[in-house]
Amino acid sequence: MSQISPVFKREFLGYFRSPVAYVFFVVFLMASVGLAFFVGQFFRANQASLESYFVFHPWLFLFLIPAVGMRLWSEEKRSGTIELLFTLPLTTLEAVMGKFLAAWAFLAVAILLSFPMAITVGYLGQPDWGVIASGYLGSILMAGAYLGVCSLTSALTKNQVVSFVLSVLACLVLVFLGWSVFNGALSAVLPVWAVDLVANFSFVTHFEAFTKGIIDPKDVAFFLSLTGFTLFLNVVALER
Amino acid sequence: MIEVKGLVKHYGSKRAVDNVSFSVNRGDILGFLGPNGAGKSTTMKMLTGFLRPTAGTALVNGHDVTRDPVAVKRQLGYLPESAPAYGEMTVEEFLAFIAETRGYRARPEKLSRVNRALDLTQLQSVRTQTIETLSKGYKQRVGFAQALLHDPAVLVLDEPTDGLDPNQKNEVRTLIKTMAAEKAVVLSTHILEEVEALCTRVIIISQGKVVVDETPEALRARQPGARLDAIFRSLTQSER
Repeated sequence: MSQISPVFKREFLGYFRSPVAYVFFVVFLMASVGLAFFVGQFFRANQASLESYFVFHPWLFLFLIPAVGMRLWSEEKRSGTIELLFTLPLTTLEAVMGKFLAAWAFLAVAILLSFPMAITVGYLGQPDWGVIASGYLGSILMAGAYLGVCSLTSALTKNQVVSFVLSVLACLVLVFLGWSVFNGALSAVLPVWAVDLVANFSFVTHFEAFTKGIIDPKDVAFFLSLTGFTLFLNVVALER
Repeated sequence: MIEVKGLVKHYGSKRAVDNVSFSVNRGDILGFLGPNGAGKSTTMKMLTGFLRPTAGTALVNGHDVTRDPVAVKRQLGYLPESAPAYGEMTVEEFLAFIAETRGYRARPEKLSRVNRALDLTQLQSVRTQTIETLSKGYKQRVGFAQALLHDPAVLVLDEPTDGLDPNQKNEVRTLIKTMAAEKAVVLSTHILEEVEALCTRVIIISQGKVVVDETPEALRARQPGARLDAIFRSLTQSER
């Protein structure tokens, strides 16, 4: 596992060697903060919380995380560097983990860069810092699960556009399963237990508790196991 | 040092490599010849552990590539076709990454390895340039530097002189010759003079099968007075 660190370092610094990092930071922060202010009524709600900031994350991640994840393996395949990487003395698992953790760390930085929002809330009122911390934790865990899905789809193709579309579709399914509108429609045809079962596979269902300050081990386990499972499939897809 | 035993690779129903066996000793420079699509690159990719063989195996310094690919990769320096590299990195960043994955983590050792590779391939003048801005000849040398960095016992070079101008070709050949004494080298090419100038042994592969395995002199003696390419043509076309 010691071979993870050079791969991680190269990949993480790679974001900053190209405009990717800066463009992503700007777009992510403008979109997430913009949604909180203009759609989420951040000020008018008159509450010292970041709930109206976090509530849009499942929808925002739907497009922004595939944008980061689509290049993970597609780019290596297209440019042929995958041949270089896999003739260096490291295992497929080490390469997958190194690249995944680097992208996840990058996303975590982007999410945490919204800290002025938290400062604002702290300046204007008395927020519950525990709730804010659990929101950040949930958001980062959810980003990992999205990224796992995107890394997997990226390993299936050398075309970044195909990779992006597949990622968005896969994530869309995982979001929709827990969307109240969709569940409402579903409950007309299915019994309640079946709707609950379906909703259990959704990002939204598991993320909501975090935004309210509840860190349920079930939700943590959901995100981590989804991440682990997609990374396992990722290794299988690359070794095929 | 290298022992290839009955390598077979299927792509769907197509037999790309069909029961290829050969061995290479220390001090040998083995020239791998054949028309495009004959299976040269595929054989090399299996030897270096990038592709999994359908059947057969290869031993490098006693390590079996199908059982312990990481051990084989430690022994090998590999220059893939068209020398892929991470274009957004500078030459020295890229070589430092390779040094780290090769286990040279301590800074002084890493620097001395990178410097030695830069000296050997005459890349000192471009060390701070990003790889994507380099000309083809320089990129090829970066690929070389990467393969030589850990002073491997076995070098596998896939078309090392492809796309270089005559002077650069000559430099590369001299470099291979000077290093060959204490190494086993396998190189593929479709330039016949190169084989005569460089190699101690020739293998001609056609439609996935080895059709010739002998010294360049013996190859020439097959049809005294004929040009090498005439011999090559008669050997590879009679198979069709």
